[in-house]
Amino acid sequence: MHQKVMSLSRSLLDYPNKEIITISPGYSSVLVRLHNDITLSDGMDIISMSLKKESNAANTKYRNVDIPVCYDDEFCPDIKRVLEYTGYKKDEIIKRHTESQYLVYFIGFSAGFPYIGGMDPTLATPRLDVPRTSVPAGSVGIAGRQTGIYPLSTPGGWNLIGKTPIPLFDSSAPDNGLIQMGDRIRFISINRDEFETRSSLEQ
Amino acid sequence: MSITVSAAGFQTTVQDLGMHGYAQLGISPAGAADAYSLRCGNLLVGNQNTDAGLEMTLVGGQYRFNQDALIALTGSRFSAAIDGSGIPYFEALQVSKGQHLELGPTDEGARCYLSVRGGIDVPSALGSKSTSLMMQFGGYKGRTLQNGDKLKIGKPDSTLAPAEISIANVADRSVLRVIPSLQHDWFDSENWDLFINASYTVAQHSNRMGLRLEGPEISPAVQQEVVTEGLPLGALQVPGNGRPIISFVDHQTTGGYPKIANIIAADMWKVGQLKPGDKITFTLVSMAEAEKLYLEQESLFMRYQP
Repeated sequence: MHQKVMSLSRSLLDYPNKEIITISPGYSSVLVRLHNDITLSDGMDIISMSLKKESNAANTKYRNVDIPVCYDDEFCPDIKRVLEYTGYKKDEIIKRHTESQYLVYFIGFSAGFPYIGGMDPTLATPRLDVPRTSVPAGSVGIAGRQTGIYPLSTPGGWNLIGKTPIPLFDSSAPDNGLIQMGDRIRFISINRDEFETRSSLEQ
Repeated sequence: MSITVSAAGFQTTVQDLGMHGYAQLGISPAGAADAYSLRCGNLLVGNQNTDAGLEMTLVGGQYRFNQDALIALTGSRFSAAIDGSGIPYFEALQVSKGQHLELGPTDEGARCYLSVRGGIDVPSALGSKSTSLMMQFGGYKGRTLQNGDKLKIGKPDSTLAPAEISIANVADRSVLRVIPSLQHDWFDSENWDLFINASYTVAQHSNRMGLRLEGPEISPAVQQEVVTEGLPLGALQVPGNGRPIISFVDHQTTGGYPKIANIIAADMWKVGQLKPGDKITFTLVSMAEAEKLYLEQESLFMRYQP
């Protein structure tokens, strides 16, 4: 299903039609917003034309992306909860979090926010009872059976276990986000010194 | 050549018609909450349809003109005066360098717009001059205006003349017309009756992201989850507590609650004029009727800027 969503999204983005205002991919759907002037029946024609282009499109290639994450104590305020729920020690949590390969199903919710699948199910930890009013940008967290990264500083209820020094979203170059739909990603553990070095390079 | 903000009001931002085409990156369009009123303002002062103006919410603010300017106020009527004398809405007005525009609290709906010939000139972000408060970028430094901010006025388009349009009033905004949405059949006729016949009240915790409604609770016949999917502007999402939320201009681009209905394009401006405590009802219309109503509304703009 993800492959279908990917190839339809790609064909809609690669062969833009001025009547298509925007698209939002999901896990198993693509929402297409057409210009308000377009009637429903004309809209169906425009979309089926795009579907034909999709069938001609070659298989979508995917990227492998490594995301450096520092699991330093300062960046994992909720590690105790994860220790309690999983029964693992911190080293084991980092090992399991970095050993999996993850798939970015789509970017949604807010700017640059990746919906990531593939976390080791034994790391599952319920969301915080009381969400934080502000989570720092770049924070890596676990919520239920999902893991993810906060691209911007927003409120949030995920268990924070680390932080990446690389910005996920740059409004001056939004298409060149570190993480894109369809990427296969891995988290690479880095120490505090590396984190500081990478952070200063990104300034 | 500029306008100085001498008092910022409650929530004043630079807005145009929004940053469209980036939902696949999680970016909602932002843009004027009542785009209809902003576009009327642009017509009145001879601007492009896409020029930016100031969107004021609930309380207007005070502005000093550092140059002569042609301006128009549109949207809901906030108390308004230039150097102490009251001024009309939906009319173009010439102001002189040094004059002071004062806008107080609203007498009607949530938002009023100030358009200036030449438009408010801020750097474009994602092809738009709109402010995204949710993402804190675009518009003027990605934020609401503060006392002392200086706004540049753009160069007027000499091929466009100010249009003389007559707009009677900001019409009744208490009835929002809807079409069924993707999960409409998750709700049985009993819940649909409840939804259509109920009076809902706009809750305090409402903003440009979404308007929360208080009233009869509705629920899907079958408790199942929506696999996270794209969320359209104007969708009426029904979360677990049964109280609908209207997704608005700063909405999240995807969502996981069932959507019972969607507000039609011709009525989206009304949502931008709703304020906490307002009472609203929903009326179901057909897709064909929704298309017709939109084209009727657009005919005003087609007449002046074909």
